[in-house]
Amino acid sequence: MRTKKVTFRHRWLPYLLVAPQIAITIVFFIWPASQALYQSVLRQDAFGLRTEFVGLQNFARLFADPLYIKSFFTTIAFSAMVAGLSMLVALILAVMADRVIRRATVYRTLLIWPYAVAPAVAGVLWWFLFNPTIGIAAYALDQLGYDWNHYSSGSDAMALIVIAAAWRQVSYNFLFFLAGLQAIPRSLTEAAAIDGAGPFKRFWSIQMPLLSPTVFFLIVVNVVYAFFETFGIVHATTSGGPGNATNILVYKVWRDAFEGLNLGSSAAQSVVLMVIVIALTAIQFRYIERRVEY
Amino acid sequence: MANISIDTIKKIYPGGVEVIPGLSLDIAAGELCVLVGPSGCGKSTLLRMVAGLEEVTEGEIRIGGRRVNDLEPAARDISMVFQNYALYPHMSVFDNMAYGLRNRRMPKPEIRTRVDAAAGALGLEGFLDRKPRQLSGGQRQRVAMGRAIVREPAAFLFDEPLSNLDAKLRVKTRVEIRALQQRLGTTSIYVTHDQLEAMTLADKLVVMHAGRIEQVGPPLGVYERPATAFVAGFIGSPPMNFLPGEAHTTGVRLDNGVDIALPGLTGGRVDLGVRPEDLHVDPAGPVELSVRVVERLGATANVHGRLAGTDAEIIASLSGTDLPAPGDTLRLTAGAGKWHVFDAAQGIRLL
Ligand SMILES: Nc1ncnc2c1ncn2[C@@H]1O[C@H](COP(=O)(O)OP(=O)(O)OP(=O)(O)O)[C@@H](O)[C@H]1O
Ligand SMILES: [Mg+2]
Repeated sequence: MRTKKVTFRHRWLPYLLVAPQIAITIVFFIWPASQALYQSVLRQDAFGLRTEFVGLQNFARLFADPLYIKSFFTTIAFSAMVAGLSMLVALILAVMADRVIRRATVYRTLLIWPYAVAPAVAGVLWWFLFNPTIGIAAYALDQLGYDWNHYSSGSDAMALIVIAAAWRQVSYNFLFFLAGLQAIPRSLTEAAAIDGAGPFKRFWSIQMPLLSPTVFFLIVVNVVYAFFETFGIVHATTSGGPGNATNILVYKVWRDAFEGLNLGSSAAQSVVLMVIVIALTAIQFRYIERRVEY
Repeated sequence: MANISIDTIKKIYPGGVEVIPGLSLDIAAGELCVLVGPSGCGKSTLLRMVAGLEEVTEGEIRIGGRRVNDLEPAARDISMVFQNYALYPHMSVFDNMAYGLRNRRMPKPEIRTRVDAAAGALGLEGFLDRKPRQLSGGQRQRVAMGRAIVREPAAFLFDEPLSNLDAKLRVKTRVEIRALQQRLGTTSIYVTHDQLEAMTLADKLVVMHAGRIEQVGPPLGVYERPATAFVAGFIGSPPMNFLPGEAHTTGVRLDNGVDIALPGLTGGRVDLGVRPEDLHVDPAGPVELSVRVVERLGATANVHGRLAGTDAEIIASLSGTDLPAPGDTLRLTAGAGKWHVFDAAQGIRLL
């Protein structure tokens, strides 16, 4: 009886303590998500005067739309390149830092900077650098004989947003790679050195396999980032152009809603994105439970 | 098989810490040389310089007559067993042992033969497909040994290879290592801070202290005639007793006024050393001990107490059933030649 009474007395305290978190989740996630779900089965006319229930029609039309399919492939290519580039650069830096670990704190502090820069600012930064008329990077490329213009060339535009997006991830990836490398006991690479493996062999046969859980984790994180957090970069640099060359899914959601005013389609696209993020998160959790086998 | 010669080497770590101020050591081909010393005295540093994992600041290291200072670890023809074993966690036991052979482009059938032979010698036949984490500590230790022997190097380097094993397994593995090393006849350097391990394994015992060699010699020689008070206190368990006193031409007068006849001394402050196991009860003995604690170990007992009239701590290892009780006073003596006299200031052996 006594214990029951004590339990009763504290009954509301736990709820009170988690209330702020729940409120934030409801306001910023549950509410918009349910709105998106609700909107995705409705259709409004062009003037927003009439709204009717259309079932899954928005989704059917979406997947029949070649522009949407193209955007899908653009996004996949984009995120593969962002993940690949940012992880490659980060890995190279981490391997170098791991060698001269005493100076790593300085390195680490410097490399965390780009992560602190908001995507839109990063976008503007790179926009300036690569601006065909005033950009210093565009000028340098011009000197090397490459006529850079991301306003007319789709591949230039793609390269621009890939670089801008990858740049911000490098610091994040670096920290994980460095931590992963530092977690490998030094004696392992020393044993491999005695066993006759040169630096490259050591990297490929010892460090890389032991780093594979980190690599897997970072692939998921970077793909999620490229899929969902790069709106600011695209908006500030290419606005999805030229000719939809950089119109990735998150950007298309926004453009269709606010420029195309097609709320139903935009909501359906959000729902698709939501499903993707849930799937990626599920993969991530499964991995955390099982760890990558080596 | 190759001799190893370490010629006045110096090690200064980046940052200016001088860990080894100049050390020379010659190890004959086929010899098992044990480096022993307290933690931080530079044993691992010395071993890692021989392995090529640490740069030599000054001096020269030669293996089989060849200067190796500037050679990569792989080119030195040595193999090493690490304290944490350093097994490759993502490779099977077989691959762990074969890794070094593959890197040297040995033909596959020969790799198979060698790994199988090593596994047979170490009792690892049934474990070749397992990953290191599926093995017990003792089995991992043997895989590490296996990885070292398959290469058939000119020298083995061991850095405290048994310190992660429990006491019983340590004794067993110690015997196995000794047998294996004798069978293969491979020159070895073995680092430990366990003096018992050092005594039982060594052909040549090297006692180190603060980056210097205190004494080199066969283990029994070092035990019987320690060159310095440090060595005397470090080798042997329980450690040697030191009784402070004053030397005279006829012997040593202990601080409580008792004389012990020891011809051949001149004068000055000394520490008179005597091992606990060399002390025995004698009603006419010069050493009067007021007993504080008696530790019974079974075959023997360690009697702890103070030298009467001083605060010098004494331990005597006594056998038999007629043991003293705390509070008793006991008279002890030691045979001729069991006394060690060290200069009190320098710790140098005088007699
Ligand atoms: N990389 C390093 N940089 C600076 N000082 C070092 C470095 N490695 C070791 N030392 C110092 O060198 C000294 C000797 O270290 P070492 O590892 O050789 O001792 P050890 O005799 O093997 O001790 P233990 O029995 O504890 O293993 C220690 O004082 C240690 O602090
Ligand atoms: Mg050590």
